[in-house]
Amino acid sequence: MRFESISTASNAHYRRPLLHTPFFEASKPWIQNDTFIAWAGYSTPDVYSYTEHEYFAIRNTCALFDLTPMVKYRIAGPDAERYLNRVVTCDVRKLKVNRVIYTLWCNDEGHVIDDGTIFRFGEQEFRICSAERQLDWFLDCAIGYDVEISEVTADIAALALQGPTSYTVLAALGLQGLENLGAMGMLQQEFEGHTVMVSRTGFTGDLGYELWIDPEGAATLWTRLMEVGHQRGITPMGYRALEMARIEAGFILPHVDFISCNHTIRLGRESSPWELNLDWTVALGKGHFNGRRALLAEKARGVRRKLVGLELEGNKPAHGSLIYADEANTQQIGEITAALWSPTLKRNIAIAKINAPHFDSKASMWVDLYLNRELQWERRNVRSWIVDRPFYSPPRRRATPPPLR
Amino acid sequence: MSAAFDVIVIGAGHNGLACALDLARAGRKVLVLESAAQVGGAAITRSFAPGFQVSACAHLLHALPQSLLRDFALEQHGLRFAATAIATHALSETGPCLRIDSATVTGGSALGDDAATYGPFRQRMGRYAALFYALLSVKPPRLSLQRWSERWDMLKLALRLRLLGTASMRELLRIGGMNAYDLLDDNFQSPALKGALAFDATLGAEYGPRSPGTVLTWLYRLAGEHGAGTLGLAQPAGGMGAFSQALAQACRSAGVEIRLGTPVARILVEQDRAVGVALASGEVVAAATVVSSAALRTTFLHLLGAEHLDAGFVRRIDHFRAKGLVAKLHLALRGLPHFTGASAAALGGRLLISPSMDYLEKAFNPSKYREIPQHPALEITLPTANDASLAPAGQHVLSALVQFVPYDLGPDPTAARAALLENTLATLERYAPGIRALVVAAELLTPSDLEQEFGLAGGHWHQGALAFDQFFVNRPLPQSHQYQTPLPGLFLCGAACHPGGGVMGFAGRNAARCVLRQGD
Repeated sequence: MRFESISTASNAHYRRPLLHTPFFEASKPWIQNDTFIAWAGYSTPDVYSYTEHEYFAIRNTCALFDLTPMVKYRIAGPDAERYLNRVVTCDVRKLKVNRVIYTLWCNDEGHVIDDGTIFRFGEQEFRICSAERQLDWFLDCAIGYDVEISEVTADIAALALQGPTSYTVLAALGLQGLENLGAMGMLQQEFEGHTVMVSRTGFTGDLGYELWIDPEGAATLWTRLMEVGHQRGITPMGYRALEMARIEAGFILPHVDFISCNHTIRLGRESSPWELNLDWTVALGKGHFNGRRALLAEKARGVRRKLVGLELEGNKPAHGSLIYADEANTQQIGEITAALWSPTLKRNIAIAKINAPHFDSKASMWVDLYLNRELQWERRNVRSWIVDRPFYSPPRRRATPPPLR
Repeated sequence: MSAAFDVIVIGAGHNGLACALDLARAGRKVLVLESAAQVGGAAITRSFAPGFQVSACAHLLHALPQSLLRDFALEQHGLRFAATAIATHALSETGPCLRIDSATVTGGSALGDDAATYGPFRQRMGRYAALFYALLSVKPPRLSLQRWSERWDMLKLALRLRLLGTASMRELLRIGGMNAYDLLDDNFQSPALKGALAFDATLGAEYGPRSPGTVLTWLYRLAGEHGAGTLGLAQPAGGMGAFSQALAQACRSAGVEIRLGTPVARILVEQDRAVGVALASGEVVAAATVVSSAALRTTFLHLLGAEHLDAGFVRRIDHFRAKGLVAKLHLALRGLPHFTGASAAALGGRLLISPSMDYLEKAFNPSKYREIPQHPALEITLPTANDASLAPAGQHVLSALVQFVPYDLGPDPTAARAALLENTLATLERYAPGIRALVVAAELLTPSDLEQEFGLAGGHWHQGALAFDQFFVNRPLPQSHQYQTPLPGLFLCGAACHPGGGVMGFAGRNAARCVLRQGD
């Protein structure tokens, strides 16, 4: 058959449309469930063992997460700083070498395309990590700049080690200088014949690090970490446990809490940084950057809605619920984008989109909640109110040196 | 910065000068900065061989509005015409040539029914062209229609269209998106007539006669002959440079300062506003408003810099199509050439070598593959037939537009250039036997030469293709179709804006109105 003749050819790569990361073989013994998710072209575990077990490792010991699929670009050249400063909303000129910054980037209309982190390796060299592939946009942005842009996603394997014992485990691994590494800092050193870059970053809101290494060093890094971390409760974690931790940390996720303007079909579904309540990431005073004029105009006009943190009565997470201004549920003022009964805080928390002017309201709101109890749907009308984010931010997250556990 | 000028205009082409003059007439203090040593941009007269002068880029006025002559009193400032109402003659290798004007066609024996059909056809096209001409002198409306003035502008346009009557409007909508080849084939039999008319439909465009959108480009061309108050085809005494000189003189009388040989290095920005320019010399000149008549890429990427613009906007600037296909040939002749079948009177006219639509299409085809045509199509003028001052006594100048010559001449530009000159001279020799023996000197300017010398993007006459997607409310870009740019205080006034080039001054004058309306 024709199909076979194609499948035996050198281009048979399509038979495995989702790739495994360089950690896959080494991590296999810990994958107890065959629950994988598709993430940016890779197949990664949703759960290794039990979600709750993995979640509690983040908060009590440490959890190891494979974040290789995170899309990465190398930006280098004489204009690299000027270039990035025009692409993103934060002030890249203020980013020192060996530091990391969280940022958004917008299109001409001031609508958010994606969020990510910028790592500064040198005066003229950066790495930018994003949720989605951005090469076309980054190349368009390069018109008029002397800058080199290359996708390096597959060239770098990455792990996140997050939790109170993460520092102790990395020290036991033999990495030097971590005691002086502050939050959002990074350093590079030799590890078993490979260069490993360690950044004090993460998506859990806890003390934690991310480790970046060439794919050839990946298996050794995984194995050695599991060995030295054994006594400190190191636990591989999947996407689901991370999702719980990131809600507690108050972090937002593309396609969950907002939609990239490149994907919206319906008019008005896109979001600005103001709407995401990420005003602190926008450096209006740094000069022009993509979307600045539109963002100023929007600010003057007034923002339509904002993402806020909510706390709710009871202990039932309000996934996808609508929010009303009144108990009678006659005036809808928003909706919930992510919800969690926080096991650490013992609070019912959520991230929600609330329309103007209610996003500044101190008054109670009512959430229309549906529970499926053994195939029996029940409706609850639950009181809720706006609270500050992050919901959870322990002192160890920023303590330098971090506590040894 | 304290400013000695209200407005700086970059470029002393006719649009830059027309813009400056309207602004000065409205009381603004205006400085025009020109990098070249003389005013005029693509409308200049210069020497190309000892004793021989030629209009080095544009060589005829084809749609100059009478209003520009009147408002700017150009004749008081020295403008004279060597010829007006210039007729077109379609040359034939063997027989008599056709004489074509806006109402009649005469001459050829093979015209048949076409002679009778031509009048009513041109009358019909003339009505559309007149409507078209009315569009040229207005700023394209905003589609948002937020303001009453915008709704009124749109209403006026709709009304004009409606006044054509149901049948005409329907016919316009039918043919508006057609190609010239099909339209002309529907209406005429004579290959010579069709070839000549199709030549005008493709002149200065990036298209052959079978390319879609060539009826639109033809209507644009015809607008110059049919619009209310246009001068029609005319040749200024002293060449196109004399027209520009008169315009500059009018500017100076109105208080405009023009600095020649003064290239601008950068447009200066403070607090997200244009605040003046830095000259190549290092000097800084402040002004609350900067108006640029330069090509889009020059203005936005070289003078302003991408860092002051959003990336989506810059991408559209980068994708703005501008690839000229017209080369320019200048010949110094030791005597008056003789063109087969053309009378002595015809030599003062516009002579076309485009004997059929297939000839034209075949001349176009190689350009798609970065090759030069074996048999180019030509528009020939002998400016010295109307104006002896351009050459030594008894000698002559031939100025020709050569279609279709690609901007990129392929792997061996030098060989391509030599072949193009040879092919063009050989073509001329067939229609004017003996002309090669008269040649004293020759100059050939390909589109990339025209870009070099005149700053025309891609060597394109209009600083960018005139096509549906780059026309009217989409010209140059949807985001800056009303002569404004994303940067407050910076405006555009060149041919890249509506309604394009063609030495009409509309882009400059429309821009001046927008500058005045928004305050400077």
